[in-house]
Amino acid sequence: MKKKKVLAVASLGGHWIQLLRIVKPMEQYYNVVYFTTFKKSKTMVGDNKFHSLMDFNRWNVWKVIPVFFKVLAVIIYERPAVIITTGAAPGLLTIMVGRLFGIKTIWIDSVANVNTLSKCGSLAKLCAKNVYTQWPDLADKKVHYIGNVFGN
Amino acid sequence: MIFCTTGTQVAFDRLIKIVDEIAADLDEEVVAQANRGKYVPKNIRYVRFLPPKEFNELFSKARLIIAHAGMGTILSAMLQDKPIIIFPRLAALKEHRNDHQLATAMKMKELKYVYVANNEAELRELLMSDELKPLHHIEKYANQSFVGEICKIIEPTHSEKKSLLKIPSKLHLPLIHLRKKKKT
Repeated sequence: MKKKKVLAVASLGGHWIQLLRIVKPMEQYYNVVYFTTFKKSKTMVGDNKFHSLMDFNRWNVWKVIPVFFKVLAVIIYERPAVIITTGAAPGLLTIMVGRLFGIKTIWIDSVANVNTLSKCGSLAKLCAKNVYTQWPDLADKKVHYIGNVFGN
Repeated sequence: MIFCTTGTQVAFDRLIKIVDEIAADLDEEVVAQANRGKYVPKNIRYVRFLPPKEFNELFSKARLIIAHAGMGTILSAMLQDKPIIIFPRLAALKEHRNDHQLATAMKMKELKYVYVANNEAELRELLMSDELKPLHHIEKYANQSFVGEICKIIEPTHSEKKSLLKIPSKLHLPLIHLRKKKKT
């Protein structure tokens, strides 16, 4: 049977490290395509397919325009069955675009957000189908807790 | 060797300056990754940006890590059994978009995963003590039950009926640059 394609998105740094901790063990079941904000991170994903995009955040929102087209191109080109992200802004954008195409979307809020969901996380609540937090006390009706990336 | 890292997105000159000042009184070599910063350290070796490979090399050589409260560094330190002191960024000083690093630091300290310093005196005290040890160890990947739960969501053959747009089955035009890149 053909493996399902999973598009794994995160910005560089903590988001990316967390994403790898979650998605790497899934590589045996799924065809994982990585998508992050730094070209040289390709060295971290071995033979898996890899795309990169420009990073942006709330401090430089104008970059959303070129990034939007890149995200659109990658989604159309890769046609993933599932998009999974740990944040931040680029992950949110990818989920939004993915949702338009009816792709299954999973948002895992960063473990760094211990008191409230991140800004992007609360936006993701509106547009991602499955939203998770990594702290039990942040869970609510829409945001679920199923574990964290620490691994024990 | 002590390795100090401040992440990649925004400069963190306050930490670099403090570490630089303390380093004058230390016998140990200090290397810092001071991305985007303007402050020029006098007592420590520093680089502005490190690609992942070089970063990992330095990281695994270090005896002790000093870092902003970034989750990537904290996870890497726990994975590699390095003692780590975290120094949270403050939004009030425009060091980050919000104060989540402060919250992260408090939580990590409460769980006894890391050492935390909020100012020069606290950092100095920690650095002068000889008792710093790795506080918490994590495995290479997130645990199986967590990953398994996510697989359970991925697994059912999806049909989100309310899709606004559909990707046509044959579509080549906008993707020319992607395909070209792949060949090289």
